[in-house]
Amino acid sequence: METSYLIETIIKIVTILLVFSALAGLGTYFERKVLAFMQRRLGPMMVGPYGLAQVAADGIKLFTKEDIIPTNVVARIFKIAPVITAATAFMAAAAIPFMPSFTIGGYTVNPIVSDINVGILYVLGVMAVGLYGPLLGGMASANKFSLLSAARGAAVFISYEVITGLSLLAPLMMVGSLSLIDLNNFQIEGQWMAVYQPVAFVLFWIAGFAETGRTPFHLVANDHEIIDGFGTEYSGMRWGLFFIGEYANMFFYSFLLAIIFLGGFGDGSVFGAFALLGKVAFFFFFFLWTRAAWPDVRPDQLMWLCWKVLMPLAVINIVITGFVLMF
Amino acid sequence: MFEAIAFYLFAFLTIAMFWITVTTKHALYALTALAAGMIFISAFFFILGADFMGVIQIIVYSGAVMALYAFGMMFFDTTRELHEKNPSSTLVFLLGGMAALLVVIMVSAPIVSGSIEAAYPIIEGIGNTQAIGMVLFTKYLVPFEVAAVMLLVAMIAGIIMAGKKMDISYSEMSEEQIDEKLDAEVIA
Repeated sequence: METSYLIETIIKIVTILLVFSALAGLGTYFERKVLAFMQRRLGPMMVGPYGLAQVAADGIKLFTKEDIIPTNVVARIFKIAPVITAATAFMAAAAIPFMPSFTIGGYTVNPIVSDINVGILYVLGVMAVGLYGPLLGGMASANKFSLLSAARGAAVFISYEVITGLSLLAPLMMVGSLSLIDLNNFQIEGQWMAVYQPVAFVLFWIAGFAETGRTPFHLVANDHEIIDGFGTEYSGMRWGLFFIGEYANMFFYSFLLAIIFLGGFGDGSVFGAFALLGKVAFFFFFFLWTRAAWPDVRPDQLMWLCWKVLMPLAVINIVITGFVLMF
Repeated sequence: MFEAIAFYLFAFLTIAMFWITVTTKHALYALTALAAGMIFISAFFFILGADFMGVIQIIVYSGAVMALYAFGMMFFDTTRELHEKNPSSTLVFLLGGMAALLVVIMVSAPIVSGSIEAAYPIIEGIGNTQAIGMVLFTKYLVPFEVAAVMLLVAMIAGIIMAGKKMDISYSEMSEEQIDEKLDAEVIA
């Protein structure tokens, strides 16, 4: 293996880590501002211009706060759980192409850490491992509400994993490849995938809210009991890591939506790169918009929606796609 | 060189994780170490260039171990240590060691005799996923379909077992109706 390859990969990994950790912090700022404007408030205004330095203030607070390990928790698992959430979110990013390849000084850079030919499966699989974070956090805490929230969260994640997988199957059948770059290139000549597969697009989008644990599927926090669910006993940076994981997941899921269904970075021009960022920004904004506009649904409604509406729709979509491709 | 480093790293990690799984008395430690070990195994598939198998290993086992967590949650207090009934650790050690030795002999025998040949050698230009699909839908079509039917049978049986009272939804009933229903059940 060449040294240049090794250096390139390390630079890519560090860049992704730094950019998306920072974006996760900024994401909390955007979320507060967007929610505030939609509810006719101002949001954070005190620290810095328009409250922009609020992110730094929160960061300082999280890092310097005492790291409390309560009595009766299973200490090792309790400590490792937030790391799992954050780490798996960033591991999943290894197979996502963030931009089209470009050339600097005669050296071509592919902004993807590893273009494995099962990219989309890898991303979804590793994102699914991320649910061990809330699950272990809840089970290790000596707290009934944490445990309840962990069980409920796991049930939601596992159910909606089915929707994610089944809804993706139809586009994958059309493209005939699992690589995200092939999925992107498929849409250069023809229309966007959302035109061919509107049902799959909407299903995948809905499942995204469950995968990232966002409102209206935010069952990991016990809003009805006014308790923060699996994070109840966490403090300081360990609690912050759960949020870095959640926000990073939101960004990466937005990338998936944009690349698979909305044409991704197109033919790889500069315009295409910016268009991809624009689409990702829209999907991220949509996550916040939904949170401002909708309440949480009840667990039984959520399961009803998953198994009696979305799953049959996804299966019918696959069957129809199969017939159309065959004849 | 990177392959060697990665191999030894993940070999050590996998063995350490499974060691914890068998030796610990803590249900939560055992389950977590099991999940971690299963995921570390996928690294070997990636090192061998079998990306598809590696990803499937992650997806299948992270889901499968999740079911074990559910059982752990239902049967034990997972924040406490369990007291196992273990009459003789010498016997356990002896039997486990012999089983491990047998597996090593079974796997290494063909390597020693040198008669090892790939039944489905890697074809240049065809991806992992396509290669698996071809074998699965030609030579192993019948076992594949039989496995699918078995899963379907298990699923239907599960639905029948769990679905006896599925037409009753407590969230759509009023408090009085629920009370009546529960009283009727107590009397019956």
